[in-house]
Amino acid sequence: MENLIALLVAAPLLGAAVLLCGGRRLDRSGHWLGTVLAAASFVIGVVLFLDMLGRSADDRALHQHLFSWIPVEGFQADIAFQLDQLSMTFVLLITGVGTLIHVYSIAYMEHDERRRRFFGYLNLFLAAMLLLVIADNYLLLYFGWEGVGLASYLLIGFWQHKPSAATAAKKAFLVNRVGDIGLSIAIMLMFTTFGTFAFGPVLSSVGETGEGTLTAIGLMLLLAACGKSAQVPLQSWLGDAMEGPTPVSALIHAATMVTAGVYLIVRSGAIFNAAPNAQLAVVVVGAVTLLFGAIVGCAKDDIKKALAGSTMSQIGYMILAAGLGPIGYVFAIMHLVTHGFFKAGLFLGAGSVMHGMNDEVDMRKYGGLRTYMPVTFVTFGLGYLAIIGFPGLSGFFSKDKIIESAFAKGGAEGWILGGVALLGAAITAFYMTRVMLMTFFGEKRWQPDAEGQPPHPHESPKSMTIPMVILAFGSVFAGGFFSIGDRFLNWLEPVTGYDHGHAPISAATVTGATVVVLLIGVFLAWAMYGRRPVPVTAPRGSLLTRAARRDLLQDDFNHVVLVRGGEHLTRSLVYVDHTLVDGVVNGTAASVGGLSGRLRKLQNGYARSYAVSMFGGTAVLIAVTLLMRAV
Amino acid sequence: MSPVNYLYLAALLFTIGAVGVLIRRNAIVVFMCIELMLNACNLALVAFSRMHGNLDGQIIAFFTMVVAAAEVVVGLAIIVSLFRSRHSASVDDASLMKL
Repeated sequence: MENLIALLVAAPLLGAAVLLCGGRRLDRSGHWLGTVLAAASFVIGVVLFLDMLGRSADDRALHQHLFSWIPVEGFQADIAFQLDQLSMTFVLLITGVGTLIHVYSIAYMEHDERRRRFFGYLNLFLAAMLLLVIADNYLLLYFGWEGVGLASYLLIGFWQHKPSAATAAKKAFLVNRVGDIGLSIAIMLMFTTFGTFAFGPVLSSVGETGEGTLTAIGLMLLLAACGKSAQVPLQSWLGDAMEGPTPVSALIHAATMVTAGVYLIVRSGAIFNAAPNAQLAVVVVGAVTLLFGAIVGCAKDDIKKALAGSTMSQIGYMILAAGLGPIGYVFAIMHLVTHGFFKAGLFLGAGSVMHGMNDEVDMRKYGGLRTYMPVTFVTFGLGYLAIIGFPGLSGFFSKDKIIESAFAKGGAEGWILGGVALLGAAITAFYMTRVMLMTFFGEKRWQPDAEGQPPHPHESPKSMTIPMVILAFGSVFAGGFFSIGDRFLNWLEPVTGYDHGHAPISAATVTGATVVVLLIGVFLAWAMYGRRPVPVTAPRGSLLTRAARRDLLQDDFNHVVLVRGGEHLTRSLVYVDHTLVDGVVNGTAASVGGLSGRLRKLQNGYARSYAVSMFGGTAVLIAVTLLMRAV
Repeated sequence: MSPVNYLYLAALLFTIGAVGVLIRRNAIVVFMCIELMLNACNLALVAFSRMHGNLDGQIIAFFTMVVAAAEVVVGLAIIVSLFRSRHSASVDDASLMKL
């Protein structure tokens, strides 16, 4: 059975190779090949899953050693896979959502002449992401990590003829690079500390290592997670990444790739458990990003950027939960899975709306679409109810668990984190209600497009709506399915461990509070956007609104601190180089030159003057010798 | 007669030779002055040999003569070819070897 693991990666990798090298003769059939291979990977995943269910909880992890990658004495890097419950969860999410989005893209990208290439990139992404989650060592994980970064870059910049898309792709790549440096340093630290980077030996020998080293490794892993998962301070790329085609935003920048940071932290749980300071940094990053993304999401008029802010915020929840230690690991992953369903569904819904509205993304130019796009409306609406945590839907179970875990951290930390998570839930309800109202309710604010054509909103074709319906089912039922009888907890606990924590207030109180803040958020949004007409041009807004529209000044911050700072640094370094280093070098040369210019005069060609210096020198030597004798 | 007088004579001859090298321009004269200095040295060596009662000084004097003979051959050849090319035997005229 373990021989099937490699096929998980091999199928999409084959698709990527064939589609990217196959040339134009595959233009008419390539998308089918890509979709079939993604589905094949999903089927293999399901087979492995059923097989795994048939074994006892302690016996579920599968290992496959494919070949030795770098067999050097003392440095053993293997292409080896490990499929345990955690990896399995990701495999099913990635291949499942991935297959649905392949199907969706067939229609969405129908009029794009580079559709074959698009599917090639999507398959490449699937292969890299699967490699990332089933690797059994950090080096192979790093390989997958870089692979998804590459696929993300290629897909954000897929419409490279648009300068904004090309810039956004570069930005995403560069910001990710900062995080990747963290991961590579973490791997080097692991190698020098443990002498290996395979998960098993590293995570089991954590107990014999000093806390300082573990904290350093933990912080570097956190930096990596921040880059890939768009967490503060490396969050600035995600909003711009929405320049990519919408299926890409749904698959890579909502459901799967951006959650790789959460996977990394949960997978390295043993390291974080032994390094409380690193764990504290993780929760701080999670809590800050949770609010940051939510506030940004409130102010954006671009539907995809509002959803991007929301993604950032929801991943903030997951990172927060992952930073809580064994109390939160399971719930971080559970929220990750339910979020994969509803956020992918929301993005596909947004894509469907854009599809019907001449690719308009400004929500102020939508309105009243619910009767024109009933399927999109219902699926988007279910995703909306799920993400705000409406009781009974997926997001309710997973987010509520995270808030409970935050309180269960105990002490002042628990109260602060719990409070932040609750506040985030209120803001989530606010901005998602805003998106919902501005898009599907209210009066029609449709504007003619650049060629003067008024939009004719229409329901999208079946191949787009069916994936949305399936994802909507997941958004509704996944959370309940996971929570009843603690199914998900029992499934993941052997890998991640679980701890109840010390909840200062009962779970029912937290749930009640969550529902109350949710209703407050929805009511506020309704009061602002449902009761009153929405202006087509954005009002100036308060200081906070304007800051949030500019992504809370994150680009300005980067510009002032990093770009300007870097410029000043290089300028002063150039100055030091010119004055000090060049000064010393040139000064030495000039003084030697001047001295030799004077000495040169002694060489006048007159034999008799040479004779004078000879006799003079001899006389001096003799005089000195005699003087020395006398003394 | 005390051998010290020979040393005085040697010093005198050496000084005459050195002054000649320094102040005369004619290459032949300069050359002869050099020979004079060499012979002053020889005289001193022989005098010392006599004073100390061993033959080392005299042996070195022979060596000096041999070297001086070889030097004369080379030196005169240089002076002759210099005279041929420049029609002058002045050492100050041959001052091209400078920076």
